Amino acid sequence: MKVPLTLEISQTLLLARLKQSIVAAAGVTFGIAMFITLVSFMTGLNKMLDNLILNRTPHIRLYNAITPSSSQPIQKVIEFEESLNGISSIKPSDSRNEIYNSIPILQYLRNDPRVIAVAPKVAAQVFYNIGSIDLNGLVNGIDVKEELRSFSFKDYIIAGDAMDLDRVSNSIIIGKGVADKMLTNVGEIIRVTTAKGDQVSLKVVGVFQLGLAAVDDVQSYASLSTTQKLLGKTASYYTDIQVKLTDIKLAPGMAREYAKIFNVDAEDIQSANAQFESGTKVRNIITYAVSITLLIVAGFGIYNILNMMIYEKMDSIAILKATGFSGKDIRKIFINLSLIIGGVGGLAGLILGLIFTLFIDQIPFNTAALPAIHTYPINYNINYYLIGIVFSLITTYIAGHFPSVKAGKVDPVDIIRGK
Amino acid sequence: MSSENVIEAKGITKYFYDPVKFRVIENISLTIQKGEFVSITGKSGCGKSTLLYILSTMDTVFEGELFINNQSMNNFSEPQLAKVRNENIGFVFQFHYLLQEFTVLRNVMLPGLKFGKYSEKEIEQKAMDHLRTLGIADQAHKKANLLSGGQKQRVAIARALINDPLLIMGDEPTGNLDSKNSDIVMEIFKEIVSLKKQSLLIVTHDEDFAKKTDRIIRMDDGKIV
Repeated sequence: MKVPLTLEISQTLLLARLKQSIVAAAGVTFGIAMFITLVSFMTGLNKMLDNLILNRTPHIRLYNAITPSSSQPIQKVIEFEESLNGISSIKPSDSRNEIYNSIPILQYLRNDPRVIAVAPKVAAQVFYNIGSIDLNGLVNGIDVKEELRSFSFKDYIIAGDAMDLDRVSNSIIIGKGVADKMLTNVGEIIRVTTAKGDQVSLKVVGVFQLGLAAVDDVQSYASLSTTQKLLGKTASYYTDIQVKLTDIKLAPGMAREYAKIFNVDAEDIQSANAQFESGTKVRNIITYAVSITLLIVAGFGIYNILNMMIYEKMDSIAILKATGFSGKDIRKIFINLSLIIGGVGGLAGLILGLIFTLFIDQIPFNTAALPAIHTYPINYNINYYLIGIVFSLITTYIAGHFPSVKAGKVDPVDIIRGK
Repeated sequence: MSSENVIEAKGITKYFYDPVKFRVIENISLTIQKGEFVSITGKSGCGKSTLLYILSTMDTVFEGELFINNQSMNNFSEPQLAKVRNENIGFVFQFHYLLQEFTVLRNVMLPGLKFGKYSEKEIEQKAMDHLRTLGIADQAHKKANLLSGGQKQRVAIARALINDPLLIMGDEPTGNLDSKNSDIVMEIFKEIVSLKKQSLLIVTHDEDFAKKTDRIIRMDDGKIV
């Protein structure tokens, strides 16, 4: 009975001052709309930039690094155990690039509940032959289905069909840069020279573009078996195992864990791409700082309007108190006022923000580097809308708090006597 | 007879401190019994309004003891006092003090809704009954600021009656009215006392009005004479 009553009084007071209330709410609306627009656009842009690299980067990569052995023979000689041994000019031993026991490792990884996808990979150094010129190149042998499913491979194919890698034997998808240099296109045959000196003809079934010249000018993709053939290796020969996790934050810990279990090198995405994290963070801080500033400005607007309203309504406050409304009830009435302004203004802001972002989403944005993107990227995330409405309620609550405390303290005797 | 005391004040003294310490009310004791119609008169500045505000529980800064319905008010908190006012005291002021944004009916209903003893329907029914007795039922759905002074004062009386309070207090309730309207108000007050056995305490400087009440308390210089 009591809460609806104070609410009803708030409503009536609001409607009696409709214009003022709308102006107050418009401040909040504008603040929240800008917050939604900014945050959706900024994080959309962030995501796009990060995905440019991170989509094609596994969360954990298992491989055998070429490094000199950490235990040299001299350390195993008992006589020299106590002495300080110096060895100059150590070279890495001729260890294989292959991951040992790759089949059981793959099986183990596929059974790990923290892992979403596992894709083995074979990298082979080749030369692309263009007449008398040899171009340096790298063929990645990939598990096509897995790459399409988990590593958004399809987004980067600008011509041809990735599935043809599995269907057509001795097929290859080449980088845009390579294709331009070789003046070749889908359906044509190119010749490559393997590291061992064999010449192989491969059919081009697609062209990809990652937007990074360093990759597009050098790399190409083939099926695992084709690449293993290029290297003259067996079907269990893998140089890399790529792992995608349920939670990217687990990567550093799990990389260490796998390195220990499988006795391989493991690189996690965070240490491989540290700079992306910090860029994202800075952009987020800017977005939130701007939005909070806008909301604080709106909060001052509400504070002013409520203060004015309280001076106007002194008589009403006095009579409400005389007829049995306590200071707390009066406070509630004015806090309600503020929260209604905040809630309505905030909701309108969410809708306006959504309209803005839908509009931005239609603006064309074509760049050669990003074949999959045609308009400005927007990140539609329900969480930002929740944050927006909570923001608006908190700011209006704080803005309404001080005026309402003042209203609650109004002494009816002063007002009634003052007449 | 003490159980019939609606209000009892013992040794009430009050000072004003601005601009200098000044005793407005000096050691006043009085009781008002159920169904009594009492008026307080005196020259302006004699402290009669100040006394009324103390008796109404709105002014809490004073010395002495105040009992309403045989309950001491001295240790009550602000929300408790608000509840006492809501349930036991009705107010009629010189300036009508209606909430301009609400309709007449809503103005009358508000203290009842705050009390929450009856359902909204019942309160509305009661409010309409009061308005009808006071002859302004036809104005019930108008905004309060559209009424004339006499009508507004009757709305204020209806509002004072809505919770069937023990005591109705008036601060110059006829001060702003012409003689015809003030006669109407007087009639209404008389009826309240005789029919419902509610008590009335009216501050006025209108001697004619005061003469029609059961008991006149005359004040001068903060004291009862």
